[in-house]
Amino acid sequence: MTARPDARSRQSRSWMDRVETWFTTAPVHIVVVAIALLWTLPTAGLLISSFRQPDALLESGWWTVFTPPLDLGQFHLGNYGDVLTGQGMGQAFLNSLIITIPATVMPIAIATFAAYALAWMRFPGRQLLFVMIVGLLVVPLQMTLIPVLRAYNTLGLAGTFFGVWLAHTGYGLPLGIYLLRNYIGTLPRDLIEAAAVDGASHLKIFTRIVVPLSTPAIASFTVFQFLWVWNDLLVALVYLGGNQDVAPVTLVLRNLVGDRGQDWHLLTAGAFISMVVPLLVFFALQRYFVRGLLAGSVKG
Amino acid sequence: MPDANNLLRLLSAIAAIVLGSGGVIALFYAANILVNRLPYQWRSRILPWVYMVPALAILTAFLILPTIRTIIISFQDQRSESWVGLDNYLFAFTNSDMLIAFRNNILWLVLVTGVSVGLGLIIAVLVDRVRYEPVAKALIFLPMAISFVGASVIWRFVYAYQPPGIEQIGLLNAIVVALGFEPIGWLVNKGVNNLALIAIMIWLQTGFAMVLLSSAVKGIPQDVIEAARMDGANELQIFWRITIPMISSTIVVVSTTIIVLVLKVFDIVFVMTGGNLDTDVIASRMIKEMFNFRNFGRGSAIAVILLLAVIPVMAANIRRFQQQETNR
Repeated sequence: MTARPDARSRQSRSWMDRVETWFTTAPVHIVVVAIALLWTLPTAGLLISSFRQPDALLESGWWTVFTPPLDLGQFHLGNYGDVLTGQGMGQAFLNSLIITIPATVMPIAIATFAAYALAWMRFPGRQLLFVMIVGLLVVPLQMTLIPVLRAYNTLGLAGTFFGVWLAHTGYGLPLGIYLLRNYIGTLPRDLIEAAAVDGASHLKIFTRIVVPLSTPAIASFTVFQFLWVWNDLLVALVYLGGNQDVAPVTLVLRNLVGDRGQDWHLLTAGAFISMVVPLLVFFALQRYFVRGLLAGSVKG
Repeated sequence: MPDANNLLRLLSAIAAIVLGSGGVIALFYAANILVNRLPYQWRSRILPWVYMVPALAILTAFLILPTIRTIIISFQDQRSESWVGLDNYLFAFTNSDMLIAFRNNILWLVLVTGVSVGLGLIIAVLVDRVRYEPVAKALIFLPMAISFVGASVIWRFVYAYQPPGIEQIGLLNAIVVALGFEPIGWLVNKGVNNLALIAIMIWLQTGFAMVLLSSAVKGIPQDVIEAARMDGANELQIFWRITIPMISSTIVVVSTTIIVLVLKVFDIVFVMTGGNLDTDVIASRMIKEMFNFRNFGRGSAIAVILLLAVIPVMAANIRRFQQQETNR
C-alpha cells in the first residue's frame, strides 16, 4: 500500500482512508513513543528497584519483577528506612531544606529590590551597572571557588549554613536581577507614575504594585533557584567540605556512591529521596519551571 | 532520648530557615525607615543605593573580587607565595592529563551539543503531530529536574556490570548479553567510558533543547507551511527549507547554552568515575588540583581557561542586551 500525502485530508473518513492515514503517521508515533520510553526507563528502573529486597536486587534485573504472576509481596519499604536512618539521609534531607529555602528567599528579595531600582529609579551609572550584571551571568563559578573558600576559612564561614546561603545568593543574583529587571521594566509606566503623583513612596509602590504584578517572573526565578540550589553538588562540596552534620542530600548521595557503590538497595532509595522534591516541584510548577529555564539558560 | 533530639533538630532547622529568609527582608525595611528620616533632597538620592547596595556588595564579594583574585593566583605558585609567570598555563597546555581532559571536553562539547540539539529538534517536529504531545514532552523533559548526582546514580545502575555467567542487573548489559555478546564494563573500558558519561548529559539536556525548539517550531506561521505544501514540497523539504531557517536563532541560543553548561560539567565525572581511567574534563581537573593536590596556582589557571572560553558568549550576551535596550 502506498501512502499519498493527500490521504491526510480530514473530510473523508472512510475506512480505507483511516488505514492509509495510520500507515503515514505510524512512523511518527513509533519514534515518539520509543524515545519517550527510552527516556523514562532508567528512572523507572531506579524507582522499582528501590522497593526490592537487597538480595533480590543483586540477583536479577529490575525488569524481572514483571514476570507473571505479579507478586506484590516482593516489594518493601525497608531500603528507605535503612538509608534515612542508617546512612544519614534523613538529616541530609533536613539540611537540604535548611540550605535551599533561605538560599532561595535571600536572592529573590535582594534581586527584586535591585531590579526595581535599575528599572524605575534614576541614579548615575545604572545602565553601566546593568551591563556589568549581564556580563556576570556566564562567569563560571569555578572562578570564585579558591578565593571565597580562603576567605571563608579565615572568617570561620566554611562548613556553615550561613556561608552556603551567601554563596548561593551571590551565584544566583545576576540571573535574578537580569530576569526581574527585564520584567519589571515592562510594567506600565502610567501606573507607577500615577502612584508616585498620589504621593506613594518607593517602598509603597514596590510592595503594593511592583511585587504583585511581577509574581510570574518572581515565581519563575524561585523555581529555577530552588532547583538549582537543591541539586547543587559543587558549592556544597567546596564550602561545606567534609562536615557530615551539614551535608545536603547530593553530598551524602555522592559519598554513598563512593563508600557503598555496590549496595544498590541503599543507592536506589537514596537517589530517589534526593529526587523527590525536585520531581514534585517539576510536576506542580512545570509552567514556571519551563519559563525559568528558558530565561535562565544563560546562567554561569 | 532520640525523639527529643529529632525535635530539637527540626526546631533548629525551622529557626535557621526563618532567620535566614526573614533577616534579609527585615534589613530592607529597617534601611527604608532610616532613609525616611533624612531630609527630602537626600532621600531621593540615597534610596536607589539602599536598594542596590546589598546586591552590589554580594556581587562584588562573591563574583567580582574572587574573579580578579583567581586571575592573580593563576600566576603564582601552589601556595600563592611567589610569582611563577606563565608556568601554570604552560602546565595546563602541556601536561598529559590536562591534554586528555581537553580532548574529553571537546568530545563532550561536540557530542552533547550535536546530539541533544539534533534529537531535540527531531522530537520537537514530530511531537507536534501527536495527540499525546504533553505527556511525551513531560517524560522527555523530566530529567531536567533531576540533579547531576541523582542522574549519575540512575545511570550507574543502567551500566552495572556483573562478570559473564552471572545474571546481569544493569539494563544495558542485560541487553548486550541477551544479544549474545560478553558484558561490557561501560565505566572501566577506556574505549567506551567517556561515551557512557556523555550519554548521561545527552539524556539530561535533550528535553531542554526540545522544549525551546518546540516553542520555536510552533511559532512558524501555518500559512507558510501550507503554501509550501500547495507548491508540492514534501515533508523533508519543508523541514530543511522552512523549519530550520525559521528557527535558526533559537538553535543558536540553545546550542550556546548547552556549550556553556558542558564546558563546566563536573558533577557527572566526579560521581561516576572520579576522573579516573582517562575520563577527566577541565572542570573536574580543576577540583582535583585544588583539593587533592592543593595546587591553587594550577587550579586557578584552569579556572581562567574556563572563563576565557565563555568570554565570547559573555560578549554576545552584552551586545544582544544593548540592542534590546536601543529598541525599547
